[in-house]
Amino acid sequence: MKQIIGIMILLLLIVLPFIGYNCGNYYAIHVAGLVGIYCILCVGLNITVGYTGLLDLGFMAFCAIGAYTAALLSIKGIPFWITLPISLFLGGFIRYLLGAPVLRLRGDYLAIVTLAFGEIVRLIANNFDWLTNGPRGLPRVGEKIMEIQLFSLVFKNDLQFYYLILFFLIGTIIISYRLEHSRIGRALVAIREDELAAGLSGINVPQIKSIAFVLSGMFGALAGAIYVHWIGFISPEMFTFWESVLLVSMLVIGGMGNIGGAILGVVLLVGIPEILRPVLGTKFVDYRMLIFGMIMIVVIIFRPEGMLKSKRRALELHAKE
Amino acid sequence: MFIEQLVNGLTLGSIYALFALGYTMVYGILLMINFAHSEIFMVGAYIGFLVLFSMPVFAPQFFLLYFLLCFVLSMLGAGLLAVIIEKIAYKPLRHACRLSPLISAIGVSIFLQNLIMIAVGAQSKTYPEKLPIMQFHLFGVQISSLQIFIFGLSILIMIILTIFISKTKMGKAMRAVAENHVVAQLMGINVNTIIALVFLIGGGLGGIAGVLNGLYYGSIKYNMGFLPGIKAFTAAVLGGIGNIKGAMAGGFILGIVETLAAGYISSENKDIIAFVILILVLLFKPAGIFGEEVTEKI
Repeated sequence: MKQIIGIMILLLLIVLPFIGYNCGNYYAIHVAGLVGIYCILCVGLNITVGYTGLLDLGFMAFCAIGAYTAALLSIKGIPFWITLPISLFLGGFIRYLLGAPVLRLRGDYLAIVTLAFGEIVRLIANNFDWLTNGPRGLPRVGEKIMEIQLFSLVFKNDLQFYYLILFFLIGTIIISYRLEHSRIGRALVAIREDELAAGLSGINVPQIKSIAFVLSGMFGALAGAIYVHWIGFISPEMFTFWESVLLVSMLVIGGMGNIGGAILGVVLLVGIPEILRPVLGTKFVDYRMLIFGMIMIVVIIFRPEGMLKSKRRALELHAKE
Repeated sequence: MFIEQLVNGLTLGSIYALFALGYTMVYGILLMINFAHSEIFMVGAYIGFLVLFSMPVFAPQFFLLYFLLCFVLSMLGAGLLAVIIEKIAYKPLRHACRLSPLISAIGVSIFLQNLIMIAVGAQSKTYPEKLPIMQFHLFGVQISSLQIFIFGLSILIMIILTIFISKTKMGKAMRAVAENHVVAQLMGINVNTIIALVFLIGGGLGGIAGVLNGLYYGSIKYNMGFLPGIKAFTAAVLGGIGNIKGAMAGGFILGIVETLAAGYISSENKDIIAFVILILVLLFKPAGIFGEEVTEKI
């Protein structure tokens, strides 16, 4: 039954945009692509925040690293299918280097360190003109980010990118799902519940934490690399602290530790506001964050497991009552 | 040049020190990072702005009165805001898992920032220059009266705070609650009142820091709290979070380091240097310079 529903949803996700695009709903397809990118980010971040219980307030840094790597290499004429693994590797490697000393910190200190790291990456992108063209962003005048080419197909319009993003998103979800139900996934949950007990049960805590942390960062880099090819432009402004916070609030509102929750959070916080934007006007955009802030407080107080709860996490959160 | 930078650093440091006190006091008592403290700082700056802005031009004889009013009102306003935030967003989470209050505080931060942005607009506002600023030349170093004022006021406030905490009954109660909630309660201390008091004082100091920041830099904006907030938090960690004297010292150290770094290394990258200090301190000396090594309670 579950599989049938899954296949139905997948079919709808494939067929509907095709119909929509040919009926002229270009904006909706664009939003769908954006939701897809955010879903990759959120499902990736969920591995750190949801499964392992480590609050990461600088996740956009890895999106930035992926995006800048892809953009800088692509400008030199290197095709996407080569830049992508390099972006992923670099994102993962830098995250490994960050994680090695940082992961032994306590929860709230870790959050602040990731915040600081996120800001450092943004400031480097902003200040190191020779590499990143500073606040003006990439590509520089006269340069161009290469198009993605798959055999003879060149990805150009939003619909083609939608399918590309959907493909990578499904991959992300499968990896994340398999991880959750693997030995490592259970180890992560054990670490989240009680690090000391997990260590005493024979789990190699630093190693398992590091695996989750690095994998999570690679998804961030993946989203960044696709995004930069799609939009064809990046600037440091896209990777501010508040973007990272927005990702965390999607997880909090949707449901931490649950892939469905992560996706629901993205739909609620990105999809619906973007769809409503032309209807409600620009004034609405100002109120959007105000409402998110409020929802975040209400959710964390009254329903800490988020709207779609992960069974394991809900048990943990309500066990004490 | 060097001494001039040092003076600038001390001025900046006194703002950071006042600001850091709020972080450190709340952490000392609740073991949580009050992420919304940077927004309290911002709201304090806006209250001071409103008072100074509404000061009639023809009333220079009431200048001192207005100035006093500016500080008192922004202190009270910011303090009360902090208390309200605690009651609404933190108190229900006091027994929740450790990251919940931090997430809630981030929610408060987003809410307040956007509320102020909608209320007063996204453009930065010029702070009213009502204070007559004189320039002094001492031993060849240029010092403005504003710098002396900021430094003097901060030192005065810190002395009062230190006396309050070490000598009065309330201060003793605060220290007791910081030590152990349950035992303090058994000794007849109303823990909730003390926590509210800590937020009131911490928020009030943040508000004053906001006004001083506005006076010093001359302009305020809805997102002005974020960067100084992180730096003040760095200062609090540097001095050993939870340690009041440490926060004061940490504020001054960070202010001086930042101005020297801006003067001698790169003014563009001074924020990067502050963030690197934050990471290094958290990694290698999480108990701070003056903090005692505490093994984590399990």
